[in-house]
Amino acid sequence: MGTLTAARAQMEVSLAFHMVFAALGIGMPLLMVAAEGLWLRTSRPHYRHLARKWAKATALTFAIGAVSGTALSFELGLLWPRFMAFAGGVIGPAFALEGYAFFLEAIFLGLYLYGWEKLSPRAHLAAGAAVAVSGVVSGVLVVAANAWMQQPAGFVVEGGRAVATSALASFMSRAWLPMAVHSTLSCYIATGFAAAGVYALGLLRGRRDAYHRAGLSLALALATAAAVLQPVSGHFSADHTARHQPLKLAAYEAHFHTAAGAAEVIGGIPDVETQTVRGAIRIPRLLSFLAFGDADAVVKGLDAFPRELWPNVVISHLAFQAMVGCGLALIAVGGWFWLVRLGRREPGRWLLRALVAASPLGVLALEAGWIVTEVGRQPWIIQGVMRTRDGVTPVDAVPATFFGFSLLYLGLGIALALLLRGLATGAPPPAPSIDAAGAEVAHAR
Amino acid sequence: MPADLAAGLALVALIAYAVLAGADFGGGIWDALARGPRRDAQRETIAHAMGPVWEANHVWLIFVVVLLFTCFPPAYAALSVALFAPFHLVLLGIILRGAAFVFRAHSPQGIRRPGVPERQARRWGAVFGAASVITPVLLGMCLGAVSTGNVRVSGSVVSVDGTAAWLRPLSLAMGGFALAVCAYLAAVYLANETGGELRGDFRRRALWAGTAVVALSALMLPLLRAQAPHLWRGLLSARAAPVLAAGVAAALLSGWALWRRRFRLARAATVAQTACLLAGWGVAQHPYLIYPDVTVHAAAAGGATLRFVLWSTPFGMALLVPSLWWLFRVFKGPATRGSHGDERGTP
Repeated sequence: MGTLTAARAQMEVSLAFHMVFAALGIGMPLLMVAAEGLWLRTSRPHYRHLARKWAKATALTFAIGAVSGTALSFELGLLWPRFMAFAGGVIGPAFALEGYAFFLEAIFLGLYLYGWEKLSPRAHLAAGAAVAVSGVVSGVLVVAANAWMQQPAGFVVEGGRAVATSALASFMSRAWLPMAVHSTLSCYIATGFAAAGVYALGLLRGRRDAYHRAGLSLALALATAAAVLQPVSGHFSADHTARHQPLKLAAYEAHFHTAAGAAEVIGGIPDVETQTVRGAIRIPRLLSFLAFGDADAVVKGLDAFPRELWPNVVISHLAFQAMVGCGLALIAVGGWFWLVRLGRREPGRWLLRALVAASPLGVLALEAGWIVTEVGRQPWIIQGVMRTRDGVTPVDAVPATFFGFSLLYLGLGIALALLLRGLATGAPPPAPSIDAAGAEVAHAR
Repeated sequence: MPADLAAGLALVALIAYAVLAGADFGGGIWDALARGPRRDAQRETIAHAMGPVWEANHVWLIFVVVLLFTCFPPAYAALSVALFAPFHLVLLGIILRGAAFVFRAHSPQGIRRPGVPERQARRWGAVFGAASVITPVLLGMCLGAVSTGNVRVSGSVVSVDGTAAWLRPLSLAMGGFALAVCAYLAAVYLANETGGELRGDFRRRALWAGTAVVALSALMLPLLRAQAPHLWRGLLSARAAPVLAAGVAAALLSGWALWRRRFRLARAATVAQTACLLAGWGVAQHPYLIYPDVTVHAAAAGGATLRFVLWSTPFGMALLVPSLWWLFRVFKGPATRGSHGDERGTP
């Protein structure tokens, strides 16, 4: 295994692992604060149970997110020292501001998790709200650095280093806004549907109480709202990519030949040698329309670019299909649930089963979308400026650290999944409305 | 000048990390070394003291790293290459320490529950303790490696003279020193947050750790002189010597205060001691980030970047400082003292 392959693999494993917890760290606090807000307003105890439960899940996932995020801040240099020596000064300010946001998130999370008995209810709720807000801000700021790598701006090259021409260079990439919106929504989708699956499973097992119903409704309110907005945000993202990273668009759409009125390729497996897509459905002119709002627009194909600059077409296309497929499935399931609820009916078994099955799809869509944007940028680490292979470390021990970290994350992932399963199945005793005070004691930390 | 200010900022963040997160590592050390009839009570006190604050304390390290790669990108890149192995081990320690701490707290029958912790919780406790011992040693070794003069940078090529820089005797001694300082900080803080027999336990532990700090400093003096003469001269220079002298005075004061059971004074003096020692090291190291090839000025990022970092600091701190104050007032304020055990130990 070469150093470049190993370094990319280690970065992929570290980011794929971290991303799940980063997403939950953005989504869970919002759910937890919503539940606590409802508890303060309605005094119905199941909302407080939900807030407590989600706070525990947040505590576990935030800690793993924080330590794996620390690893990433080191790995930027450990795996890509030449990239960091070149661009650290330009993307750094985004991370510096993110540092403050993350700091506030950690402080208020400490106050929230350990402050149930020490803070007034309103102060406690405010601390939770601060966690939810700083989590989003922190994520949006990290995305600024990645957006700069997709579409760099605001720098000149002096003495082999990128020197910022403006203090705000890391926020000047025009890819930032579409990416930030798209990734924030994806965090809410991933968290909401994952949580909904837990309560759907409980309801399927006969726990048809207020706690499970409220858990399901709250999680799906967040998740469905985000899922319905996501195609709109995705459209703006694709529109931006079509204009500024046309090769990436061509790769994930498996669009080999430049054409006017280009067809949208749905499904199928691209064959790079023959430049065809096997087993795909083609919808004429749709790609031109989606990318440029004009069904006759010319969309550059992969053939418009030198072969050596192509990203991996198969991975890009499959990941893109997976992302869109998951997203559409989630909109369908979420819509089904709200149709049933608006008809004032109880969710039936098939709907609950669908919700359980859909539970991991949000996380899957998040990972797939990240693969689309990162694999689609290859072979560049900074689009058009620096190749990934030119940024990699000269140290030849990377295969060893790759295997070590993969094992570590695998072990931690399993341990955490078992603990979260224990947390998810430990619902409060039934009929909590009668015995509110007793359940309160049982749930005190 | 902006580059020096940025380096100073990174040093302040490093000091905050040492004084705050160092004590959390120290808590883990005393968790691993918990002994005697009050073993579970000691562990519970430590978990209780760390719980609300350790994640916030940990962020200071991320601050140091971000300041380094933002303001001094080539220095960060060079350290990442030269210290590839120890940095990975530090990450291993940081990940396992944090994960094990929350996993233990959320294991069925965590140590907060009455009775003996169950097997799963005990195992995570062992991981937590071991990782808390190893990580500060490695961080100290990395700090030592920066000072030995064996990490050489020529253009963009980084090389290490002879044995890996972090495995030199001086680096090893600094690793041990960092471990002792963390243990000392934690024991002094814990003596402040407990009462009765537990307070006595932590006072005794603080005295042992303090002795280790003194012994390791004595061991480091000849090593510094032999292996890092530039740093030795820097430490004795007119710039650094007063800072170090203040540190030594604070160290003596903290030992005396601890002996006389003046715990709050001991805590203040211990913080001052740690801050002065690190500040003295930083001043002595100046103008080098990595001796002898990388200076603050040569490694500095462009003016726009430095201006952004420096100008954003007051705004960021205006948000951070009141939030931190609230956090520490709620969980470390006077009202929380004596929540474990009673106050009989107070003179």
